[in-house]
Amino acid sequence: MLTAKQVLDEYFLDARCMLLEIAATLDRHDAACRREGADAQAADPRLGKVYQSLGILANPGAGPNRAEQLLNLFSDPVD
Amino acid sequence: MQIIQPHYHGIARTAQDYERMAMSGVVAVGEPAFWAGFDRLYPETFIDYFRQISEFEPTRAAQYGIRHFCWVAVNPKEAENPELSRAVLERMPEFFEKPTVLGVGETGLHKSTGSECEIMEAQVELAIRHDQLLLVHTPHLQDKVRGTTRILEILKGMPVDPDKVWIDHVEEHTIRQAKDAGYWVGFTLYPITKCSPQRAVDLLETYGLERTLVNSSADWGPSDPFTLQHCILDFRRRGHSLQEAIEVFHNNPARYLGQNPKFDLKPIRVETIEEDRPGVAGC
Repeated sequence: MLTAKQVLDEYFLDARCMLLEIAATLDRHDAACRREGADAQAADPRLGKVYQSLGILANPGAGPNRAEQLLNLFSDPVD
Repeated sequence: MQIIQPHYHGIARTAQDYERMAMSGVVAVGEPAFWAGFDRLYPETFIDYFRQISEFEPTRAAQYGIRHFCWVAVNPKEAENPELSRAVLERMPEFFEKPTVLGVGETGLHKSTGSECEIMEAQVELAIRHDQLLLVHTPHLQDKVRGTTRILEILKGMPVDPDKVWIDHVEEHTIRQAKDAGYWVGFTLYPITKCSPQRAVDLLETYGLERTLVNSSADWGPSDPFTLQHCILDFRRRGHSLQEAIEVFHNNPARYLGQNPKFDLKPIRVETIEEDRPGVAGC
């Protein structure tokens, strides 16, 4: 098992890279909305899911199961 | 389509790279001198390295129909040894006479120390004095903003022709200042630590296609020459035309590198040929 420092040594740059990709994707979407007009932004519920997931990640006390929380967020409801 | 890979470290790669690059349309590569992964002790080691990239490496690339050009310089990490660097700089002009050497590069900064700045200035002076192109490496990760700002300060104080300067490895937080100063900029596509193919296309869409060189570097570290082709694919999937792709991935390098007459690949244009096809109309 890795120590806390080893986890960051091993995965910090990967996390940085993935966060940059998310930021760039949101920028790309914003730019497209500006080109298409305001309606494009309101129409798609997937964007809300992305921001909700970022809210979970931004909370240091979100718990030890952040990946599970995000997967549930992106899942269809169970009947 | 025809592709020019303007920043590629062939000595760190296998012949299979050349073969696959040729199969994917790469017609020419540019190989800047860079850090070998360890600090060299002797000026002669650099000289042999310059011989390798200016004499031997073109023969490897030629086996796959790829033109190979190169640059000579002391890279920023080894500029920490000014005595060694000065000794290498004394020998660099003889390489400017070689038929495939395009200029001074990669110079630039790594940690922006006093020695690095001193040797970068000396190499810029050398490029100016010998009318060479200049390829400037900007630092990695957390050092990039500070280092890029320092590089631009150094260049601003020197009589460089911005047309001849390529500021490489720019990203979202450094592209504006380099482009506004009139330099060419380069996006380096790395799997993790630099720009991704998708972000490079965003930058092209945001800042325009002009004065931009996209490259994958590809060296002995985690890197992949085909991030460049991945970028072309993403560019085309977003609806940009074949000619626009050629402008970015072939013609821009041809324009920038072609300022040195040794680089003789010219910009190209896609044209449809209208042919008479007798007998087809009635089918």
